[in-house]
Amino acid sequence: MKGFLNYVRRNPNLGIGFLMFIILFVFCAIGYFRYDLAKAAYPLAAPANKPPSWQYPLGTDSQGRELYAVIVAGTFLTLRIGVTAGLIGLATGTVLGFIAAYFRGWVDVVIKSLVDILLTIPGLMVLIIIASATKQAMSITLLALIIASLAWMGPTRTIRAQVLSLRERPFLQAARLSGMNSIEIIFLELMPNLLPYLAASLVGSVTGGIFASIGLEAFGLGAMREPTLGMTIYWVIYYSALLKGMWWWAMAPVTVIIIIFIGLFSLGAGLDELANPRTRRVL
Amino acid sequence: MRTGYVVQRILLFFAIMWLAATINFVLPRLATGRDPIREQLIAQSMRGGFMSTSMEVMVKEYRVKFGLDEPLPKQYVTYLWNTLRFDLGKSLTNYPKAVMNLIGEALPWTLGIVSFAIVTSFTLGTILGALIAWPRAPRLLKFTVPFLLTFSAVPFYILGLILIYFFAFQLKWFPIGGGYPIGTVPSFTLGFVTKLVYHAMLPSLSMILASTGGWALGMRGMMVTIQGEDYMNYAEAKGLTDSRIFFGYGVRNAMLPQTTGLALSLGQLIAGAGLVEVVFGYPGIGSLLGQSITQFDYTTIYGIVFFLIVTLGIVLLVLDLLYPLIDPRINYEQA
Repeated sequence: MKGFLNYVRRNPNLGIGFLMFIILFVFCAIGYFRYDLAKAAYPLAAPANKPPSWQYPLGTDSQGRELYAVIVAGTFLTLRIGVTAGLIGLATGTVLGFIAAYFRGWVDVVIKSLVDILLTIPGLMVLIIIASATKQAMSITLLALIIASLAWMGPTRTIRAQVLSLRERPFLQAARLSGMNSIEIIFLELMPNLLPYLAASLVGSVTGGIFASIGLEAFGLGAMREPTLGMTIYWVIYYSALLKGMWWWAMAPVTVIIIIFIGLFSLGAGLDELANPRTRRVL
Repeated sequence: MRTGYVVQRILLFFAIMWLAATINFVLPRLATGRDPIREQLIAQSMRGGFMSTSMEVMVKEYRVKFGLDEPLPKQYVTYLWNTLRFDLGKSLTNYPKAVMNLIGEALPWTLGIVSFAIVTSFTLGTILGALIAWPRAPRLLKFTVPFLLTFSAVPFYILGLILIYFFAFQLKWFPIGGGYPIGTVPSFTLGFVTKLVYHAMLPSLSMILASTGGWALGMRGMMVTIQGEDYMNYAEAKGLTDSRIFFGYGVRNAMLPQTTGLALSLGQLIAGAGLVEVVFGYPGIGSLLGQSITQFDYTTIYGIVFFLIVTLGIVLLVLDLLYPLIDPRINYEQA
């Protein structure tokens, strides 16, 4: 613990990132014990349009959801979408990156050109087509899978570049000469060296996943019944909450979204430094 | 081989376009049980307050009209041919209107705020980033970047919501939404143009605030690298003025990776701008897309998405072909 604190002093971004998530966690934990989330986060749980008060700490929206409960449930659901999409994207990307960089040849050419083509197409736009084609059956899991379908290009690129630079290092040649097979080399030699990159990549793809999920939902392409953060933003826009002066309705999701993104951003910057201490610190 | 590269790059562009068109054609048809025409007719008859008994006849009639009764391969060929002529079909909700016309009406609004936001944030960010890396710049500037970077972690439209509340609702400095005052007719008079700019301020500001930090960060990195170069010392030893060294030797050389970054970030910027328009009720393409999604206007949704992918593809193609002109060091022969 003491070692960790000392390290954070040198790498404050990591500390800020963790701090943001600890705040969020405590805030959600309190709400979790206070509310029956299966009821309070859904319409008609409370009188509509109430500003924050002792009884409703963050107020209620026009459909009678209690916003504190919505935020607690929404943070969980949104993080779940982001983490699911990010993990699937990272796993796919890692496998493809490994295959491309380790076996080279035509496999590498195919994977690399596919990534290059897909990276020039605006991802959110393709996601909009997929999501609107499946709009009726939209659920949290489906949304995560749809986002994951376009979340693997970034990781593929990073991991491929990293493996390409590692494979020529002397310790890998030594491993090869000592008779290790491909599988052993990948899991015992390459993977441990890639862990910091994988962690930084994961933060990146989770950020991307949450970004895409909130964007799709704000456009009205989410699971309409679920109280995710993005859907809350959608309702805020749909009911023009700010024009009616219902600032609390927008404030709750906006604050949490900002905390999540700044937390992920600092965490990513901190992990980047951990993976690559030579990059100059900027923040 | 220069011409070889150009041909290759143009072929890649058409490959992307073909891929986008095919996704647009295949995906909606893969989703089982969807019948936009029937849905639309049911919705319309419900709005009219009666259930039409001749619904089936109408569905059939429309299917023929939209060419949905043909075999799939033939539909595909017709579709590709139409897309090639920029005929993106007709809107389902505003039926006789062509999707291309709807896009044409919304496009100037989006082009206006997006290009203003991109140019402003790119210029501001680049200059700011260059100044931070410059030893003789005011120290105060160094504190602005972490501040701006925090904004850059947050999506544009979330910032937009905050700006609306404080600057439009509370302080009433700016209008709360829309592209121009309700009740006025768009015209090219000075008074109207002022109102136009006034309405575009907040939406552009939310994009500018969120993207300036990123540009500053990138520029700072390049500028730091360049300062160690011999030609910088030489310029100083020659006794050139500070501003000459800064702009002519430093900024000019550090700019190039920035322009590459600009090309790569365009897609995200456009997608983000869409939601800013929705938040502000700004009458551009993003709002059109938002409306089409709420009204299940599938032809318009697919049309807009395809249009944006094509536009971005063209911009990237042009930028790629322009690079060697901007930077003589880029030489596609080795690539």
